[in-house]
Amino acid sequence: MSSESATPKPYPEINTLECKACGRCILACPKKVLEKGTQLNERGYVFTVYKGEGCIGCASCFYACPEPNALSVHIPQK
Amino acid sequence: MEKIIQAQGLYKTFPRKGGAAPTATHYCPGCDHGVLHKLIGEAMAELGLQDRAVVISPVGCSVFAYYYFDAGNVQVAHGRAAAVATGISRVRDDAVIVSYQGDGDLASIGLNETMQAANRGEKIAVFFVNNTVYGMTGGQMAPTTLVGEKTETTPLGRDPRYAGYPLHMAELVNQLRAPVYVARVSFADVGRIRKARQAVRKALEIQRDGKGYAFVECLMACPTNLKLDAAGASRFIIDQMEKEFPPGVLRDRSAEAEAFARPGADYARETIENIYHLAEDHAPDAEHDPAAPTHAVKIAGFGGQGVLSMGILLARAGCAAGKNVSWYPSYGPEQRGGTANCGVVISGVKVGSPVIARPTVLVAMNRPSLEKFLGDVVDGWLVLYDAAMGEMPGREGVKMLAVPAHEIAEGAGSARATNTAMLGVMAGLAGFGIDEKFYLDAIARNFAAKPKLVPVNEAVFAAGKAWAQAHA
Repeated sequence: MSSESATPKPYPEINTLECKACGRCILACPKKVLEKGTQLNERGYVFTVYKGEGCIGCASCFYACPEPNALSVHIPQK
Repeated sequence: MEKIIQAQGLYKTFPRKGGAAPTATHYCPGCDHGVLHKLIGEAMAELGLQDRAVVISPVGCSVFAYYYFDAGNVQVAHGRAAAVATGISRVRDDAVIVSYQGDGDLASIGLNETMQAANRGEKIAVFFVNNTVYGMTGGQMAPTTLVGEKTETTPLGRDPRYAGYPLHMAELVNQLRAPVYVARVSFADVGRIRKARQAVRKALEIQRDGKGYAFVECLMACPTNLKLDAAGASRFIIDQMEKEFPPGVLRDRSAEAEAFARPGADYARETIENIYHLAEDHAPDAEHDPAAPTHAVKIAGFGGQGVLSMGILLARAGCAAGKNVSWYPSYGPEQRGGTANCGVVISGVKVGSPVIARPTVLVAMNRPSLEKFLGDVVDGWLVLYDAAMGEMPGREGVKMLAVPAHEIAEGAGSARATNTAMLGVMAGLAGFGIDEKFYLDAIARNFAAKPKLVPVNEAVFAAGKAWAQAHA
C-alpha cells in the first residue's frame, strides 16, 4: 500500500503461496493495478502482484479469483 | 478499522484434502469451480445458513467439494444428488440443501431424477455447472457440448446428426410447474460473476425460507480441457456459450411462493403397526425343532386358479403353528391366464432357500403343471391333481390322487373355492404337523376383509378334509 498518504487506502492482499497465476484477477481489475509477477512461489506458480497503488477496493479481483485463500481486499472504514 | 473482503463459509484449511497443499483447492488454475464455491460459501455465511446446510458433492471435478464447504456435507453416487437431496429433505425438513452438480452428472446420468425432483418442487438449491465438457474424466463430450465443439470424443466437433444438440437444462426445468426460481448465469467476467452472486443468494434465500426448488445454471469454461487461458475462457463463454445458452432469470416466483409446509411424517411404532395391521396380524416366533420333517409343497396351475393364495393359506397356517415357513411365487407379468406356481417350505429349522427343486407334495391344477413337475416329486410322496383333467397316468413311487376339487367346493357351498377344497385335501392327507385350528385361523385371517367368505371357506376346507380321509 501507498505510504506517502496519511489516509489509509484500500489494497488487495495476495497470499503468494496460494496464487495459481491464472490471471483472472488481472483481467477483472478495472484500475489495472494487478500484474503478473516475476517470482515463482514454492508451488511453482509465477504469482500475481499488486503494483502498490491505485486500488479502489471494488473487490472485483476477489470475486474473480477461484482460490479461496489466495486473495482478500482490505477496505479502510471510518 | 478496516473491512476485509475474504472467503466465507469455506474452511480456512482443507485437512480432508491433505497432501502437499492443504490450503489450496484441488482445482486447476483459473477454474470457475472455486469462484462458485466462494459465492455459495459467502451466501451461506451471510444468510446464517451453515448450520442448516447440507452440501451435496457430485461425481465430477467437484466430487471433493466437501473438502471446502464449512457446512454439512454428503458425497453421492454419479447423478444421484437429486435423489439423496430428496431423502435428506424428507427426514430433515429444516435442512438447506445445496446440490452442486456438473453437466455430466446432472444432465446425463442424473437427468431423470433431476427432472423428477424439480417436478416435485423439492426444497433444493441446485447449482448446475455447465462447462460443455466432462472435466474429471479428461474432456469427453457432455450433453451440453456445443455443436461443432471439439472434445476427446468429438474430435471433429459435435455433429448433431450423430450426437444431437446441446441440452438446455434451465429451459427444460422451466417447463415444469413446481420450481420457484430458474436462472442461468455466466462466469465469463467479474460483472457477470456479480450477477451470478445475486442468483446464488436468491436460491439460498428460497431455501432459507423453505419455499422449494431453485435451479441456477452456471456457464463456465474448463480451462484445462478446452485449453484456454483466462482471457480465452472469458471469450469462449461470451462468444459461444452465451449464444447457445442465453443468461437470464427464466423464472422468479420467490416473492409469491409460500413455505412448503409438508405435514410431518409419523414414524411412531404404533402408527406403523396400525397401518400394516401388525398388532392383530402377526405370527409367533418359529420353534426350533430339528426332528420335525421338512416339507416342500409345489402348487401349480393357471393364473387365476388360486394357486398362489392356496400357498399363502398353507404358509399362514404354518406360521401360526410356529413352523419355519417360506412362500415363493413364480408367475408371468400377466395378471390372469398365464402359468403360475408357488413353493411353500414348512420346516422345524430355518428355511435356507425358498426355491423347491424336489417337492414332497405336488398340487397340480392343470395338465401342463402336472407334466412339468411330476418327475421332480420325491419318491414315496404325494401328488394331487384336479380331477377335471381326467385320469392321468401315474408315476411309480408316488401316490397320485385325482381330486374332484370343483365338486367338493360346490357341494360345500362355493364352486369358486376349489383352492380351499384342495387345501383341505392336502391338510387331510399330508397334514404337515399343523393342527386344524391353524388352518382355520389362516382362513379367517385371509378373508378378514370379506367376513362372509370365512364360513363358506371353512365348510369347503372341512369337506376337502373329509374327502381326503375317505380316500386316504
